[in-house]
Amino acid sequence: MSRTQTVMQVMEPPPQGARVGAAASLGDAVAQGVPLVAHVHDATLREPRVLEVDRFSLYYGGKARALWDIDLAIPKGKVTALIGPSGCGKSTLLRSVNRLNDLIDGVRITGDMRLNGDSIYAKDVDVIELRKRMGMVFQKSNPFPMSIFENVVYALRIDGVRDRRILEETCERSLRGAALWDEVKDRLHQSALGLSGGQQQRLCIARAIAAEPEVLLMDEPCSALDPIATGRIEDLIADLKGAYTVLMVTHNMQQASRSSDYVAFMYLGRLVEFGPTNDVFITPHRKETEDYISGRFG
Amino acid sequence: MQWLTAGALAICLAMIAGLLALVIVQGAPTFWPAALVQVRLEGGETWLGEVVKEERFAPSEAIFAAAPPDARTRAEKEAAASEGTVRRRLFRTGNFELTNEHFRWIDDFRVVEESRPERAVVLERTEWGRFYGTPKAFLVDGKPIAEGPAAWAEFEARRDAVRDRAEERRRLEKEAAGALNRRLRAGTLEVKRLELKHGPKSSEAAAARIRVEEEARLLEAEGATVRARIEALDRENARYVLSMTTSDGREHPIPASEVVRGYEANRLGVVDRLAVYASRWAEYLVDEPREANSEGGVWPAIFGTVVMTLLMSLAVVPFGVLAALYLREYARQGALVSAVRIAVNNLAGVPSIVFGVFGLGFFCYAVGGSVDRLFFPEALPSPTFGTGGVLWASITLALLTLPVVIVASEEALAAVPRSMREGSYACGASKWQTIRRIVLPRAAPGIMTGMILAMARGAGEVAPLMLVGAVKAAPDLPVDGEFPYLHLERSFMHLGFHIYDLGFQSQNSEAAKPMVYVTTFLLILIIVALNLAAIAVRARLRRRFAGGHF
Repeated sequence: MSRTQTVMQVMEPPPQGARVGAAASLGDAVAQGVPLVAHVHDATLREPRVLEVDRFSLYYGGKARALWDIDLAIPKGKVTALIGPSGCGKSTLLRSVNRLNDLIDGVRITGDMRLNGDSIYAKDVDVIELRKRMGMVFQKSNPFPMSIFENVVYALRIDGVRDRRILEETCERSLRGAALWDEVKDRLHQSALGLSGGQQQRLCIARAIAAEPEVLLMDEPCSALDPIATGRIEDLIADLKGAYTVLMVTHNMQQASRSSDYVAFMYLGRLVEFGPTNDVFITPHRKETEDYISGRFG
Repeated sequence: MQWLTAGALAICLAMIAGLLALVIVQGAPTFWPAALVQVRLEGGETWLGEVVKEERFAPSEAIFAAAPPDARTRAEKEAAASEGTVRRRLFRTGNFELTNEHFRWIDDFRVVEESRPERAVVLERTEWGRFYGTPKAFLVDGKPIAEGPAAWAEFEARRDAVRDRAEERRRLEKEAAGALNRRLRAGTLEVKRLELKHGPKSSEAAAARIRVEEEARLLEAEGATVRARIEALDRENARYVLSMTTSDGREHPIPASEVVRGYEANRLGVVDRLAVYASRWAEYLVDEPREANSEGGVWPAIFGTVVMTLLMSLAVVPFGVLAALYLREYARQGALVSAVRIAVNNLAGVPSIVFGVFGLGFFCYAVGGSVDRLFFPEALPSPTFGTGGVLWASITLALLTLPVVIVASEEALAAVPRSMREGSYACGASKWQTIRRIVLPRAAPGIMTGMILAMARGAGEVAPLMLVGAVKAAPDLPVDGEFPYLHLERSFMHLGFHIYDLGFQSQNSEAAKPMVYVTTFLLILIIVALNLAAIAVRARLRRRFAGGHF
């Protein structure tokens, strides 16, 4: 871990340049390489925050810049969807929250993020402890090659929890939380790989919420599932709301409008617009947002 | 293209099938009891034996000239009929102490009369190989109590008792006497150890000397009892002698206790033959070798091969997996790691005898010598670990097979999906926890594949073993009931080395030849069995860790 940390120095933010206002076109801003101030709807500013992204930029290797000065505050107990065309940096941003990008050689960042006030990218942060405060669900379900029970309590196991009672309680609570308990309660000790695709994804959600995360990260959790399984996951996300803060990447506009309370539109590595889902979908302030959600590009 | 690939596969399969067929065809009849053929030659010479092979050859003029007129006419007639060649047969004639040969080529044209004497018997003996002849009398204390066919019946009736006594004698000599010797030696070593530790004149050494002398007297008394028992058994067995007549009329006494197996070859039915065949196989598999390995069994070699292969796997797999883990998971990928990888792959191309020399120089002499000086100084100058042994042989072969395991393990590690590692990291697992709980279990079947390849390679290797511990005849197995049960310093017998020894070092090479095929077949079977066991384990792992519903 120490090696990657030296690569990922927290750099000074770039000097304040000219910022374009709401009226200027995004394409022009990108062409000129000037920073862009996202349009943030007022309603989001009033919410208590779990996660704050503070002028966060990310570079792959020397030059390729994937994220440009992102400022974002994720409201507590709500579902926030990151939307935008492929390659706009939404998955990169999501994976930056629990520092999974550390695993990629040559990644460099500037700016910072804060989880309930604690810096994520400060030098003395213990990445492992940090990741224990978050849960993550991946695009393709990735149950571990072990039993259903062991999958769910994995985070506890690596923490050294051995108390059978605690493990069993956590397992049941998490599986109930992921709406999977009734389907698997009789075969907890069979391989997780025997479950269907949708069940596997709900198992991954159960695993992610087992350690009571402060924020639950979901990277296109339904893109590999059929419509019925997708529906169940969406119902589940609705159930999780309130108890958990969810930050979700999705390509599916209907899903974003159905499931999320807030939506952040990203384009070309920049945050363009951020606000309550209804406001953004009904009265987008930026032309690019409107084009994207109405299906004119992306 | 399809034909090219299919053809390549077909050629590979044909070669493998051909090799197996050769080994089986040559090996399978080895233990089959053949009929006994007696031939009388023109000069009145008679030979009795088993025909082991026949061939045609073109005799030179000198051979025709040397033959008596009748035989010469027969030979010329036969040669004219078949392109100048005549048939000859190889007889296993045995009776080595009388004829100084085990086998004899006999030209067909010299044979005047051929018969299958009904009462002829084959005797397999503990010494001097086989004896072929007809029973004349059965003697007890030098007096014949039965003659002719009755002698054989008498011998068969008493054989079990004689064999039991011989077996008891062998066990007494090997185990009881051996144990006494070992205790005696342990006492001497104890004295020497104390002398080295406290000085030769110290009170501890003196006390130990007295103790050991006392124990030696006790052991001496015990030894005398054992010897007396052995002598009693010998005396009893020496009373029974089977007197045989050879085909040329000579009489020869055979002590009954020397006979391992005897049968009237020409009176056997199919069932009896099968019984002899089975009993020879059983002897081969569970007995110790006799007659410079060309007869008897190969049990010590089977045992040595399996123990050595298992020890080798035990050594090579952890090392190989750790090395692969570092290369794949920890090392920063770059020129250095690539260079290391190439070096590891090239290690597989080093001739195996070089590993043997390295094992002998480094493990046996350097490491083993130091171990001896540190822990077994009392036994010096005779080495304990400072010479070839099953431990050094296993480690040398582990080194030899390391590249296979490293390459296979690296590939297995690389095949673990990135999503699984990320899932584990996202749960807050450290790198080592991820490797131990997710990566290694998932890669286990692939690592097992490496182990299977290493076992197949290691079990069949001979050249390095000749230098680091495989021997022609080992006095003791490397595992036995005596503390500490696994004797890593002992030299051992190995089937591969056994094959080499039989094929190229044997005095009685005609008799050894079929044994080479049988032993090769057995070695292949053992490797297949070890591999099947490993494959079964791998299949279980696969079911547990991978698979699923896709």
